[in-house]
Amino acid sequence: MRILLDKFSKSFGSTKVIEDMNLEVASGEMLALLGPSGCGKSTTLFAVCGIHRPTSGRILFGDRDVTNLPSQERNVGVVFQSYALYPHMTVEENIGFPLMVKRAAAPDIKKQVAAIAALVHIDNLLDRRPSQLSGGQQQRVALARALIRRPDVLLLDEPLANLDAKLRLEMRSEIRRLQRETGITAILVTHDQVEAMSMCDRIAIMKSGEIVQIATPSAMYNDPRTSFVAGFLGNPPISFIKGTAFQGAFVSGDGHLKVPLAALSGISDDTPLTLGVRPEHFGTGGDIAVEGRIVFAETQGRENLYDVALPDGSVLRSIQPVRNDIKPGDQVRWMLGSDAAFIFAENGQRL
Amino acid sequence: MAEKPQPSANFSSLPVILLLTLFSLPLVLMYAYLFIDTISETPVGSLIPNEFTLRHWSFLWQTKTGKPNIWLVTLNTFIFASCITAVILTVASMAGYVLSRLNVPARGFFLAGVMVLHAFPSVTLIIAIFIVLQYIGLYNSLIGVILVKAAIDLPLGIWLMKGFYDTVPWEIEMAGIVDGASRFTVWRRLVLPQIKPAVMALGLFSFLTGWSEFILPQVLAPGAQVQVLSVYLASLIIDDNNFDFGTFKAVGVFYVVPVLILYVFFQKHLMNIYGGGTKG
Ligand SMILES: Nc1ncnc2c1ncn2[C@@H]1O[C@H](COP(=O)(O)OP(=O)(O)OP(=O)(O)O)[C@@H](O)[C@H]1O
Ligand SMILES: [Mg+2]
Repeated sequence: MRILLDKFSKSFGSTKVIEDMNLEVASGEMLALLGPSGCGKSTTLFAVCGIHRPTSGRILFGDRDVTNLPSQERNVGVVFQSYALYPHMTVEENIGFPLMVKRAAAPDIKKQVAAIAALVHIDNLLDRRPSQLSGGQQQRVALARALIRRPDVLLLDEPLANLDAKLRLEMRSEIRRLQRETGITAILVTHDQVEAMSMCDRIAIMKSGEIVQIATPSAMYNDPRTSFVAGFLGNPPISFIKGTAFQGAFVSGDGHLKVPLAALSGISDDTPLTLGVRPEHFGTGGDIAVEGRIVFAETQGRENLYDVALPDGSVLRSIQPVRNDIKPGDQVRWMLGSDAAFIFAENGQRL
Repeated sequence: MAEKPQPSANFSSLPVILLLTLFSLPLVLMYAYLFIDTISETPVGSLIPNEFTLRHWSFLWQTKTGKPNIWLVTLNTFIFASCITAVILTVASMAGYVLSRLNVPARGFFLAGVMVLHAFPSVTLIIAIFIVLQYIGLYNSLIGVILVKAAIDLPLGIWLMKGFYDTVPWEIEMAGIVDGASRFTVWRRLVLPQIKPAVMALGLFSFLTGWSEFILPQVLAPGAQVQVLSVYLASLIIDDNNFDFGTFKAVGVFYVVPVLILYVFFQKHLMNIYGGGTKG
């Protein structure tokens, strides 16, 4: 079911958290709300499920206006960051609770719980209590409980934040699988860009209560609208160099680096600019030679990550296949791909 | 679960135990004699009893002249303590939840009010309460004194309950609401079970204070039909001319036994009031 936020605003007392947000999630789509801590992701999510009432604006499920509908009648499933399992109930009772409050018949509940438990692979744990489960198992119980009512909308608030790295990887694909299988519309809140990119159809990047850009993961990675978006996506992150415009080219602070860019044709000289270069576009071939000194090297197994300090002190990051011929302190001359570089105006807008 | 106390190995506990034993010896002796004196005769001036007797316990099977029947009094005490417990548990568990979670108007005022009421010495009110009860016709009735005692104990109960509700994670309630449960169902099925140990503890606590309450029943319900054990006990020595210490002690033991039994069985729950742990 489609979710539409129309001019949604939310303030707590005098603090405005969200102002005039417009967001549409298509039916069956999984959307990531990505942003730094405190930008209002959870607030948005809680407004969608009815825990927070919007200060103004409308929320629509399909064509139905649910703005003033209490949580109980919205038919949403929510997985909280802390899972919020009911500690005094067994796994079976936990999962069956949404059906129990609907006064479904006991045998019917049992059957449905068994079915959904099989779907999330916890059918052998039904008699346990939440305190007797591992983090990943608790997570699955929370998912099962959110799904059992066949909700119109599934909301996930940083569901993987409490898991260890390996389990996180596993649950990432697991949640995506469940979402695909059930065809449910889902919103995933996260501040982990890898999670957002790998799990979701589209990403909405938020910054202090506003959506900066909505796009598919690859579109957003290759075509960021602002330096904030470019800096948020990508691991290892993009590196930025400050400089100015000069005759259709970007010139770094001390004039050492000069990158001609088509986007700069109409820009007057001496306009302050920021150049963004992703690590994979430096040191692996390109059209512009850059000289610098290695200040940091780190191996990630398959690849090596190098920090290269330019003469003016700014740092470019490079990621390339493992090689053993370079160590910190070495002077290097590597190529930079100017057609893959991003150029941003002083206010962060991409040119 | 609370952590098991670790035996501390870096100092010997023997001297401490010895000292404690020495200091509590008089107490132990007194308790021992409280019991021994009820089943024996001791010559004047001696400490050693010389004769076994059940004479002092005769109040159990023959009603003393001018006194109500002991079983009626015990029943009254039981009703008194139980009703207080019921009232306190019902009101405190709901009021505590409201003060902890719901955004009611004047919440801060209520919180402060509860605090002040708890600190207020209730004895200063007793004359006023006496007049009010007499005016509305509840003087010398169990209902009247139950209401008064429950009202006086409620602030502490509400405050304790609020504290325990505060420890229940907020997400659990939100999860319940999103799962489709009404606020009342959430409270009843999800939140209340989390603080069950605290409810048990408060219940016991209320029962015990009710069982041992003296001043309020003495002033507000002294009549023979509604007497409770503490008042009955006091009436045994109020008469200067013929008091009977043997019977007084026997009634005292009779009065304290239920308390001891409760303690033995439920001390773990009672500890919860101070521990605050509610994990299942
Ligand atoms: N009940 C509240 N009262 C006042 N301010 C609040 C309340 N809830 C949230 N805020 C404020 O709203 C802003 C957004 O909070 P929110 O919980 O939505 O952040 P978030 O994006 O989910 O961050 P995180 O990633 O840390 O969970 C924060 O600055 C927070 O201080
Ligand atoms: Mg959050």
